[in-house]
Amino acid sequence: MSEKHISSQFDTELNSISTNVLEMGGLVEAQLHQAIYALVHMDQAAADQVMDNEKKINQMELRIDHEIISTIGRRQPTARDLRFLMAISRTTQNLERAGDEIERMARMVKSIIKGGSPRNLPTSELRVAADLAAALLRKTLDSFARLDTAMAVTIIKEDDEIDDEYNGFLRKLITYMMEDPRTISPSLDLLFLAKSIERVGDHAKNIAEQIIFIVKGEDIRHTPLDKVESVIK
Amino acid sequence: MAETTTELKNALEVRNLNFYYGNFRGLKDVTMNIAERKVTAFIGPSGCGKSTLLRTLNRMYSLYPGQRAEGEINFYGKNILDKSQDLNLLRARIGMVFQKPTPFPMTIYDNIAFGVRLYDNLNKSDMDERVEWALTKSALWDEVKDKLGQNGLSLSGGQQQRLCIARSVAVKPSVLLLDEPTSALDPISTGKVEELVHELKKDYTIAIVTHNMQQAARCSDFTAYMYLGELVEFGSTEQIFFKPKRTETEDYITGRFG
Repeated sequence: MSEKHISSQFDTELNSISTNVLEMGGLVEAQLHQAIYALVHMDQAAADQVMDNEKKINQMELRIDHEIISTIGRRQPTARDLRFLMAISRTTQNLERAGDEIERMARMVKSIIKGGSPRNLPTSELRVAADLAAALLRKTLDSFARLDTAMAVTIIKEDDEIDDEYNGFLRKLITYMMEDPRTISPSLDLLFLAKSIERVGDHAKNIAEQIIFIVKGEDIRHTPLDKVESVIK
Repeated sequence: MAETTTELKNALEVRNLNFYYGNFRGLKDVTMNIAERKVTAFIGPSGCGKSTLLRTLNRMYSLYPGQRAEGEINFYGKNILDKSQDLNLLRARIGMVFQKPTPFPMTIYDNIAFGVRLYDNLNKSDMDERVEWALTKSALWDEVKDKLGQNGLSLSGGQQQRLCIARSVAVKPSVLLLDEPTSALDPISTGKVEELVHELKKDYTIAIVTHNMQQAARCSDFTAYMYLGELVEFGSTEQIFFKPKRTETEDYITGRFG
């Protein structure tokens, strides 16, 4: 938010909400890195830690929601303040769900460790997708902090790359499973993992859409990518 | 999202309106339409010209020497700024309600009947009917039907304001101008007047000046933002409050003005 309100208390409230969202985003990002670490190293302790930290994200969602409701109730925001608060509400929802997906990733890692011998499965591609998702989430939080719509558009585009990675990986897993039925059980775990990574990318994309909503006042959800750029001009 | 005035029938068309208090130019080249049977709200900081604009719409300013308007205000096709305009007839067609309730120091019944007698020659039973009709329209009938002989000034502030609205409605105008009609009222009375505005727009065109932006947001279909005598932005209320086109409008409605 650029210029100040007549009521400095209103500014304080909006800034506090912004800061908390970025903090929540940072927490989700840290969780994702931890989950990737657990996946790459098949590290049980790291996976456990991810599952523990998930509650913190849920708590932050509740806290920010409370702040939003209180601000709407007391300030009756309009125009970009209204759009900002609506967008924040959707953003925290997406961050919380991304957090759930990351927890699911940790759970799958634990399941793979428990099943034994995951090494002959193609986890390296999963790593690529996970790194892509983490970079996308980072970029989303940056563009949120700066309300950068150009960056938001690139995020929407990049989410497609993660989707492509996911589809490629899915085909590969099917080949493995057909060749050797003993790989079916760990492959399914990996499939869920891949799905969760792909969903984290989707949530980042959803948040990017909200950045455009705040700045331009255009709701570009469900708008094909080729139309998005003309909408925000 | 936004419906535009062009698709609607206009009750009033303001064209290049300039207004002068002596040498001071209070309105600068205002052009806008006031749609029939819709509520048009005027918002803006004190001294922006919103009340001035409202007062030109029924030539209330003509009561004061040294005040003059230039341009056109077409009321169903006829320019009311024209010298030939009959002002009493105009004010019967375009009624006005002020910030502070202004009941006449007479009975509730006579407060309504007084104006009607100026324009219509009704017999007792027709007049009774008209009084009841106006008070019912103004959502006051149930509260005053047993005390029509009491002085209008004995009513509460909110009731007095609805009595003034009833008085305006009684002469069957086509437009109602409300100049900050609730700024002296408590929230419950304000709510009743706003509810009334919503009811009345089925039959009347309403223009309302308000300092309360949430009020404009709640009860108008169109909103005009004015500043220093200029019409800065005019559009559907939804558009103005969700996505104003001008930064000045956005700064004002989000409370960044200053």
